[in-house]
Amino acid sequence: MKYKTTYLSAAVGALVTSLAALLSPPSTAVAAESDGPTFVAQGKMLVADVAGVNTFNRNLKKDKMKNAPPPEDGIHDPENTGTHILQAPLEAFTGLPTTEFGNYVDWVKALDEGKLNPRWERTDPTAEPFVMDLDIVRPVKASVPDVVFPHRQHTLWLACSNCHPAIFIPQKGANQISMSAILLGQKCGVCHGKVSFPPTTKSCKKCHSKPKPEDWKPPLSEATLKNPWK
Amino acid sequence: MAHVRSLFKFGRMATLGAALVIAMLGWFAPAAQAEYADIVINNYADAAGMRPAVFPHWFHRIRFRCKVCHADLGFQFKAGGNKINMAKIIEGKFCGACHNGEVAWSVENCDMCHSGIPGTPTHFHGSTVQRLVAPPYKGLDDSKKLNK
Repeated sequence: MKYKTTYLSAAVGALVTSLAALLSPPSTAVAAESDGPTFVAQGKMLVADVAGVNTFNRNLKKDKMKNAPPPEDGIHDPENTGTHILQAPLEAFTGLPTTEFGNYVDWVKALDEGKLNPRWERTDPTAEPFVMDLDIVRPVKASVPDVVFPHRQHTLWLACSNCHPAIFIPQKGANQISMSAILLGQKCGVCHGKVSFPPTTKSCKKCHSKPKPEDWKPPLSEATLKNPWK
Repeated sequence: MAHVRSLFKFGRMATLGAALVIAMLGWFAPAAQAEYADIVINNYADAAGMRPAVFPHWFHRIRFRCKVCHADLGFQFKAGGNKINMAKIIEGKFCGACHNGEVAWSVENCDMCHSGIPGTPTHFHGSTVQRLVAPPYKGLDDSKKLNK
């Protein structure tokens, strides 16, 4: 009986405090959030704009302002004279095909349409990239469509040595890739999620593009297969 | 009497809603809106009394393919991982391969690169890692604790 009452009072107490937190005047609510994160650089910006629990999924958060000019972007110092000389992204992006994520520019499409022709050699504007047109299909265990990795789009930008063999061993079945690894900046995540298009809910289908065969069934786990009672 | 009670209920709901909205605003409050893939490099700058350098990927990829810097010039795929200092740049390594007054502006234009807000740590702006990794849990403030 004694334990029961303790639990009850604790539960009631928790309810009361959560209600109090909700009903408290706005100023306190905001103040409590803003003093949360530890890495505020001189009170001006947050490196990781996370404050408390339940802010997942932060990848779904939209930027308030797309392609902000350097003096207003929050990492350039507006008091620095050089900041105001720098080109603004929007000015440079005019005429380029757009997407819904990253820089909001479809960089590969821009190359294909001839809107961009960045140099392949540092000083030689005529050098052409060594493009390899080979698709690699990676079956995915989960029910999402399988991944098709296109070498063509990648070799338009990169040399073989950028990925092979340090990030991806050039051998079938030798690379273990998972979305968690990618989101944490490993494997595809070395670029995707940093410079090339990021893994967001809108970009899944860019990689997961090959529908599963009609007779596809989810694979059974090791435990199920080894279960003697099955 | 019933309509008075429902009015009162509505008022309570509105207060709750407003409080929720304000709490949400707190979460989304101050965030830098820099361009995706901008890198702040602050390995040595702050300690040397300079603003940190800001590297805009978008500006460079319009002009050069990734391979030029990441294969030919030896830039690692890691923010701050190249340990670049001014001596290396003046020798013609890393940024200095182009920022020599021939391909791009030379090192005299300090504040064109060293244009970050002082004290900003080295980071990759807008990366999924930066968005997903939460700060260490600090626990409740004393003011929020049940049993003080």
